[in-house]
Amino acid sequence: MPSATAQQTIGPYWHLLEDPQVADLTRFGAPGPAITLQGRLFDGAGAPVGDACIELWQADPSPSELFPGFGRSGTNADGWFRFRTLKPGPIRGCGNATEAPHLALAIHARGLTRPLFTRVYFAADALNETDPLLSLIDDRARRATLIAEPDGDHTWRLDIRLQGARETVFIVF
Amino acid sequence: MGQNLAAGIGFRPLQAGTQPAYATPTYRSTALRAPFSAPISFPGSLTETTGPRFTPERFPPLTDLSRVEGHDAQGQRIIVAGTVTDEDGKPVPHTMIELWQANAAGRYRHPVDRHDAPLDPWFHGAGRVFTDAGGRYRFVSVRPGSYPWRNHKNAWRPSHIHFSLFGPGFAQRLITQMYFEGDPLLALDPIFHSVPDAQARERLVARLAIDLTEPEWALGYRFDIVLRGRGATPMEA
Ligand SMILES: [Fe+2]
Repeated sequence: MPSATAQQTIGPYWHLLEDPQVADLTRFGAPGPAITLQGRLFDGAGAPVGDACIELWQADPSPSELFPGFGRSGTNADGWFRFRTLKPGPIRGCGNATEAPHLALAIHARGLTRPLFTRVYFAADALNETDPLLSLIDDRARRATLIAEPDGDHTWRLDIRLQGARETVFIVF
Repeated sequence: MGQNLAAGIGFRPLQAGTQPAYATPTYRSTALRAPFSAPISFPGSLTETTGPRFTPERFPPLTDLSRVEGHDAQGQRIIVAGTVTDEDGKPVPHTMIELWQANAAGRYRHPVDRHDAPLDPWFHGAGRVFTDAGGRYRFVSVRPGSYPWRNHKNAWRPSHIHFSLFGPGFAQRLITQMYFEGDPLLALDPIFHSVPDAQARERLVARLAIDLTEPEWALGYRFDIVLRGRGATPMEA
């Protein structure tokens, strides 16, 4: 059997697909308190990445007619991305472990030959200490690259650095 | 607990050389965007083994890019068709494929594209198609032109159509480009060559298919797509 088709960069013109509404996962009227997740994307020189496509997926709350679980946000000239969604709860992981509440992100951009995957956790959640993925990262500073901080009412912020000293932890599956 | 499903299983390991390296020196934009650190390896849980579902009701198909408001776009009309399967050869039914491309002159309808080539009022360059129950898809378009991209002196992209696919799991996300058999620019293209394995590169090249070609109307090209498969060994439940 052939292996998976090779990835090729999303390039600079992917906005032909963009519908800004897709960044709002509550647009179909999902009940429950909504949160905003926002942040900036930076390259290895510390410059904002203004042409990226960031995608969000969450397994909790369960996707439904009212809640797609999936969102897509472009980054603007200052590197900002922004999603509106429902805050996830914990989920059951491998071996009956409990995974702390988190969101999955896939980052696509010109200059990325294939997607980068990472996760967003929430600061001060007691379950973070025993989360199976976070526990794989010994260095506290590296671990912090996956943890969003409160940034105003029902708003969480996480910046993503593609490269360099404060580089975000990326994940392969 | 929001979910109480059996634990997921991981994904097949990627075969060496079949996927591009992030750091590809000949593709200049990777220099400041490719991470320095190796990613951490994680089998994935419910979060990565599940993924979004898109329906034609909410994401209406647009399967003929060659016409806008009843007017034909300029260029060589083409039919592109193929199958979407996973690494076990199993068809991926009812999955959404997003498409975007330059027009026949090599120009995108996009504010960032300043290439001195004409826009075509009857070509927008974005499409959306769903596979059928057997994992088959088909759309109509025009063959995109080559365009310059300033990566190096006299850099021109080979003709290509961008594809975006979602598998059943978020970790199966695929974004790729389809090329055309016989394009001499393929040999010179750093993005095509970001994939080290020659066979894996060749599978990005659509073949002229006379059985898909419609007489007196459009040339047919076949492009089959394989999404990553799930691992064979279930993790402890
Ligand atoms: Fe392109």
